[in-house]
Amino acid sequence: MTKVLFEHRGKKGVDTFAGWEAVGGFQALKRALKMKPEEVIEEVKASGLRGRGGAGFPTGVKWGFVPKNTGKPIYLCINADESEPGTCKDRVLMEELPFMCLEGALIAAYAIGAKLAFWYIRGEFDLSERVIRKAVETLREKGVIGKNVFGSGWDVDLVVHRGAGAYICGEETGLISSVEGDKGQPKIKPPFPAVEGAFRCPTIVNNVESLAAVPWILNKGGATYAALGTEKSKGTKLFSVSGAVAKPGVYEVEMGYPMRDLIMNECGGPQAGKTLKAIIPGGSSVPVLPAETALGMNLDYESVQAAGSLLGSGGVIVIDESQSMPELLAILGRFYAHESCGQCTPCREGTGWGSRLLNRIDDGGGKSEDMVTLERIARFMTGTTICFLASSMAMPIQSFFKHFRHEFEALLPATTEARGD
Amino acid sequence: MQPDIQDQAVIDADELMAKTAGFKLSAEREAMVDDLQSRYPNKKATLLPLLWAIQEQEGWISREWMAYAARRCEVPLSHVLGVVTFYTMYHQKPVGKYHVQVCRNISCHIRGATGIIDAVERKLGLQHGGVSACGKWSLEHVECLAGCSWAPVMQINRTLHENLSPDQAVKILDELE
Repeated sequence: MTKVLFEHRGKKGVDTFAGWEAVGGFQALKRALKMKPEEVIEEVKASGLRGRGGAGFPTGVKWGFVPKNTGKPIYLCINADESEPGTCKDRVLMEELPFMCLEGALIAAYAIGAKLAFWYIRGEFDLSERVIRKAVETLREKGVIGKNVFGSGWDVDLVVHRGAGAYICGEETGLISSVEGDKGQPKIKPPFPAVEGAFRCPTIVNNVESLAAVPWILNKGGATYAALGTEKSKGTKLFSVSGAVAKPGVYEVEMGYPMRDLIMNECGGPQAGKTLKAIIPGGSSVPVLPAETALGMNLDYESVQAAGSLLGSGGVIVIDESQSMPELLAILGRFYAHESCGQCTPCREGTGWGSRLLNRIDDGGGKSEDMVTLERIARFMTGTTICFLASSMAMPIQSFFKHFRHEFEALLPATTEARGD
Repeated sequence: MQPDIQDQAVIDADELMAKTAGFKLSAEREAMVDDLQSRYPNKKATLLPLLWAIQEQEGWISREWMAYAARRCEVPLSHVLGVVTFYTMYHQKPVGKYHVQVCRNISCHIRGATGIIDAVERKLGLQHGGVSACGKWSLEHVECLAGCSWAPVMQINRTLHENLSPDQAVKILDELE
């Protein structure tokens, strides 16, 4: 299977400037600098690359939204705020292939006309931050970040901006607020960041994994990338698999790869002695699926959606029979309640109220009407807020109830009475 | 973590600003902040990195240092207070020399985080949010640390420890004693 992001993973010294150069690094950036910015955008459009942070919006199309000749500075924000539970792929890219990530970011900055880029890195990350900071320093010393990059006449600067512990800063407008020195509260769209983002200037926010694919696309051509994967989901994707499998890890596969093969081959099947019960395929915010449904689907945007969930960030969380679904949902509820930024009432109140009810059910103190109340909360917090955090709690509630209702009912009094206890 | 009553005392911003007029970070950190302020579009945007520099030097961010940050970034003190209290990693009171964060989210839970949390709590004699009397340890249960494929994980200061068993977690703490 063709590797795009992990083509050079594990090669000796590939995390150094010289090592990255030795495997053909910076050829793509040099090539891009000889092209017109709009030609770079066209090449990325032709690749069909879609945003790998979770939303799946076509990257080249997003770049094309930056208005021309506004006279305002343009900014690029690299979203390295990897915080979606179950997701740990960008960390691997940054720690093992920092110059590939940075090369992709510089190409993006050139394509959109940005002179300043913010590498927004999650506050908890240690190694990733040190590696990226060191790589940025090296690129400054080598003149790859600075004035007249590779003699092209193009100037660029890039700063590493460290977050400080807030899941919501992974949402692109929350990230922008955080770059601006504010609380990481999302902003209403429109205006979309491409038109009016950081410092009220055109801003593009891209996930690390999306940008990391760009050097390969420029080197091999957008059409070569587009030939990988499926008709609508092009290229490859990283999947970070966690939970009850023998070999959890981060794996690159072509879009459309069967989930069963990912779990059985790459991950070595279920953890010893465990039977699979459920899989959350795209990070904690997407709907959970029964294991048999998930194992029967392919890993591309359309197939996962047809199976009733979303590809999201590619954080595959594998759940075995020994786990209590009410307990897992209570854990997720507590997370979203903790991370709600508080500016929209349906989210602030809905996540807190929902979390309290889920805890009460899990503790065995639930009331018979609690599930109905939770379903109403989930409905009222969907689509009524500035960002998707509220929906990200509603989707787990609805899907856990849909597929594993019996586990919740077993903890509630009506069922207890029916059993005659 | 709920702030205690003392933390909620009324702040006299003018008094704090006057009192901290002479505050300065180390020369190296001041130079770092100057460098950032020359690159960022405005001074306010350098608030997060400035707060990190304060915390790295002082171990936590007192009201006095918040006043310093307000002056340095040209924002009201109330703005700094809002930002510090929004982000969970800025400490508003001293933490232990070793700040232990154990992940309690879904992927770590499936791989046995409960056992890690129990073992660490027993070992340190602390609960979530606790700081030991000697000032050596503090403990927090935290949400996902993006170590899901190497779960369960625990982070001590900035070092992430992966694929833990309860015994290994305790051993790591023992070695720090």
